[in-house]
Amino acid sequence: MEGFHNLPPRNRGEGTEEVFVPIKSDRDIIIARQRGKELAASIGFSSTDLTLIATAISELSRNIVIYAKSGGITMKPLRQGGRKGIRVVAQDEGPGIPDVSRALQDGFSTSRSLGLGLPGVRRLMDAFELVSEVNRGTTVTVRKWATPEGG
Amino acid sequence: MQVPILKQGPYLIASIQSALSDEDLVQLRDALVAQVGKLRSRGVIVDVTVLDVMDSFATRTLCDIAHMIRLRGAEMVIVGIQPEVAFALVRLGLKLEGVSTALDLEEGILYLDRKMIDSGKEMSIRER
Repeated sequence: MEGFHNLPPRNRGEGTEEVFVPIKSDRDIIIARQRGKELAASIGFSSTDLTLIATAISELSRNIVIYAKSGGITMKPLRQGGRKGIRVVAQDEGPGIPDVSRALQDGFSTSRSLGLGLPGVRRLMDAFELVSEVNRGTTVTVRKWATPEGG
Repeated sequence: MQVPILKQGPYLIASIQSALSDEDLVQLRDALVAQVGKLRSRGVIVDVTVLDVMDSFATRTLCDIAHMIRLRGAEMVIVGIQPEVAFALVRLGLKLEGVSTALDLEEGILYLDRKMIDSGKEMSIRER
């Protein structure tokens, strides 16, 4: 790979900073979703999307608290062509998910038991990626794009 | 932050004032289930108007509270779910099954009043 292409695009002004929220307790879940909502609002998401994004962040951070005890949420504005969006990465160094495909099945966790709720998160966002290694940790990356005005 | 619980005649009104942590929700559950017995309340209204996010834990806990209140012989109604929150709940696949909801506090009180009248009638029929 050419070094030049690895350089991040030069960004100026607002909306370029990453927001990181460490997740250690259930109180941090509230902080993470509030910070996420603020960031998403500054990007220009509709109020419905703000709620969807905040809810997804809440679910992802709860998974960290329940399964890994500690980790973090990193949120970053995205810009691709004319599109604006947000990326949320939930990362932990917890026990990992032994059966990823099962964790992504509806009904596996959302209904009664606590936590995971990954299929729900997937439906709240536009893109969803999960990387998990047993005893190493889990990283969930989700993205959402703002709908252009009137679109 | 603790949720204030007000007694209004035969009803209890829990009016959520800010975002709740998991611990706050569990505290609300325990307080309501205890108070409904202590004050011999017939109905409980949980006002979630200020909640801008209801995730799976919050929803599940509210469902649990509603079922526990019913087991204690009272009725519960959740009022004030915001349109965006309703949309997120549907997307998450959370249905609040078996839980009564009403638009706002006023509607919630009307709902409970109607429930009380209905159950009162049943009682007088049985007494005859």
